[in-house]
Amino acid sequence: MSETVISVRNLTKRFGDFTAVNNISFDVYRGEIFGFLGANGAGKTTAMRMLCGLSYPTSGSGTVAGFNVMREGEMIKRHIGYMSQRFSLYNTLTVGEKIKLFAGIYGLSKQVTAKRSEELLARLKFSSERDTLVKALPLGWKQKLAFAFAGIHRPEIIFLDEPTGGVDPVTRRQFWEMIYEAAEGGTTIFVTTHYMDEPEYCSRVSIIVDGEVRALDTPTRLKQQFNAVSMDEVFRMLARDAQRGE
Amino acid sequence: MPCQWMKFFVCWPAMRKEENKVMRNNLFALVKKESLHILRDKRTMLIVILILVVLIVLFRFAITTEVNNVNVALVATDRTNGVNDAVNRIAHNDYFTFCGYINQDEIDQQLRSGKVSAVIVFAPDFDRRMEQINAGLPSTPIIQLIVDASNVNSAGAATAYMQEILLGTESQQAMFETRMLFNPQMKSAYNFVPGIMGLIFILVCAMMTSVSIVREKEVGTMEVLLVSPMRPTKVFFAKMIPYFVISCVVLIIILLLSYYLLHVPMSGGVWGIFSMSLLYVLLSLSLGLLVSIVVKTQVAALLLSGMVMMLPMLLLSGMLFPIENFPKFFEVLSNVVPARWYIEGIRKMMIQGSPFVAVWKEFTILLGMTVLFFGMSLLKFNDKLE
Repeated sequence: MSETVISVRNLTKRFGDFTAVNNISFDVYRGEIFGFLGANGAGKTTAMRMLCGLSYPTSGSGTVAGFNVMREGEMIKRHIGYMSQRFSLYNTLTVGEKIKLFAGIYGLSKQVTAKRSEELLARLKFSSERDTLVKALPLGWKQKLAFAFAGIHRPEIIFLDEPTGGVDPVTRRQFWEMIYEAAEGGTTIFVTTHYMDEPEYCSRVSIIVDGEVRALDTPTRLKQQFNAVSMDEVFRMLARDAQRGE
Repeated sequence: MPCQWMKFFVCWPAMRKEENKVMRNNLFALVKKESLHILRDKRTMLIVILILVVLIVLFRFAITTEVNNVNVALVATDRTNGVNDAVNRIAHNDYFTFCGYINQDEIDQQLRSGKVSAVIVFAPDFDRRMEQINAGLPSTPIIQLIVDASNVNSAGAATAYMQEILLGTESQQAMFETRMLFNPQMKSAYNFVPGIMGLIFILVCAMMTSVSIVREKEVGTMEVLLVSPMRPTKVFFAKMIPYFVISCVVLIIILLLSYYLLHVPMSGGVWGIFSMSLLYVLLSLSLGLLVSIVVKTQVAALLLSGMVMMLPMLLLSGMLFPIENFPKFFEVLSNVVPARWYIEGIRKMMIQGSPFVAVWKEFTILLGMTVLFFGMSLLKFNDKLE
């Protein structure tokens, strides 16, 4: 648990006069499930975009998977996986074509693609669905697929942007099992969420309010520190005096 | 199940390094995805093909500025030889349908009811005065044409035809000799084919490309592509390629239809028409790209490429109304409408039979516009990424 995969110091992002992310610093270790908690507009997405190499920080420094966030966005992109809150699948493709597409985008060779594709379908018990159009699948399956696609090139870190939106509790629970297994395999998971039961599953949680990290620790210790019974309560205490509205 | 997953993820780190080196084929993967998407989206495909066919058929058979089947009635108190001769010429002409003789007092009612759209009134002593005219003596008018001008265009054309037919063999012929060059039969299809081409490529390229890019933005798949190691410019090229291919197919269909169905001459050489069209396709694609970068929703993309681009194109390109007739302001404005130059160039090559060299001006202007729009969208695009 000591190897650092994400290390960020004084990262700041300004849009004109508005400081979306203000001076945040933290480290994420290999194999961790790192929760990133915040109300809408608190700056989570902006922070995450900087970590994914999608936007450059105004100031500060940091590395993701060993690459500089200020300069090496393109290299970062090769070493991370990303799943957005809408699962973002192409509905008109079949499961099999979709695997090939992702493998192609990440430049995997034909042999590797074929192997990964078999593995993935077998693990998900999806072998019979290879030629099914993605839009015909139930939401929970789509979600699992999206997660599997995010990991098709075996990235070091997988970023999940509110991955469980709109999914029922049982499916959410299953999804978190997948996340656990990936983390145990040494993949670092960086997850944003606003479901308040989910932070309890994370190794460590950072709570971001008004673009600043207000708290960062394991869920257990955060609860002790704030003398609360649940993460929900911790979050409420911190977010109470937020300046930015929804 | 859990332990299976574990294995799946445990072997990741070891395999990572070697595989990340391989970064090829990714453009092709995206092009394939886009093509599959287009092919499966049957509705969109159908709409494009339908629009194409409907436009051509419409312009071929329905929307013509030619005058066809004009119902003509005659008023002649004396049916002399001269009158009969004129009547024969009207009756045997394809453009007119002879509806018989009527009386002087029926004219108004016949025209009002729409039974006929033109009435020809011959003077009672038509033959005698015709001879006078032929002999070079002065005379008052001997034929009156009463035409329903509620449709100005067809009324004008019908009048011109009738005058020509009625006086055709007489001495007046010596006064003018009219020759309609390039389109001797005055077929309106000749006029509209270049216009349709200008329209359809904006539709296929600009509209479809912009909508499909913006759709990906809306659905969130664009985000996934941008987080991938795929270069953003490559993402956009991958979008453009399938639409470029479609446009080529559409182009071939149009050329075949216009040659075999509409008998448009294409005397200036197919290759010139082809290269000019390909350039115009690229231009439209760049426009679509620009639109997709500027707007955020599919509706906005549709509005911008549909209304803002298509309307001025229809009205200002010279497809429907001759540019020479525009007020000065619009005439100047029409210079920035790409379709104007394209249509002009195609018209020259298709109808007038000018060689490719003759349209160098139009070609250069289009080329300049393409470079401009494409450059602008690239710049704007990089702006967005910061």
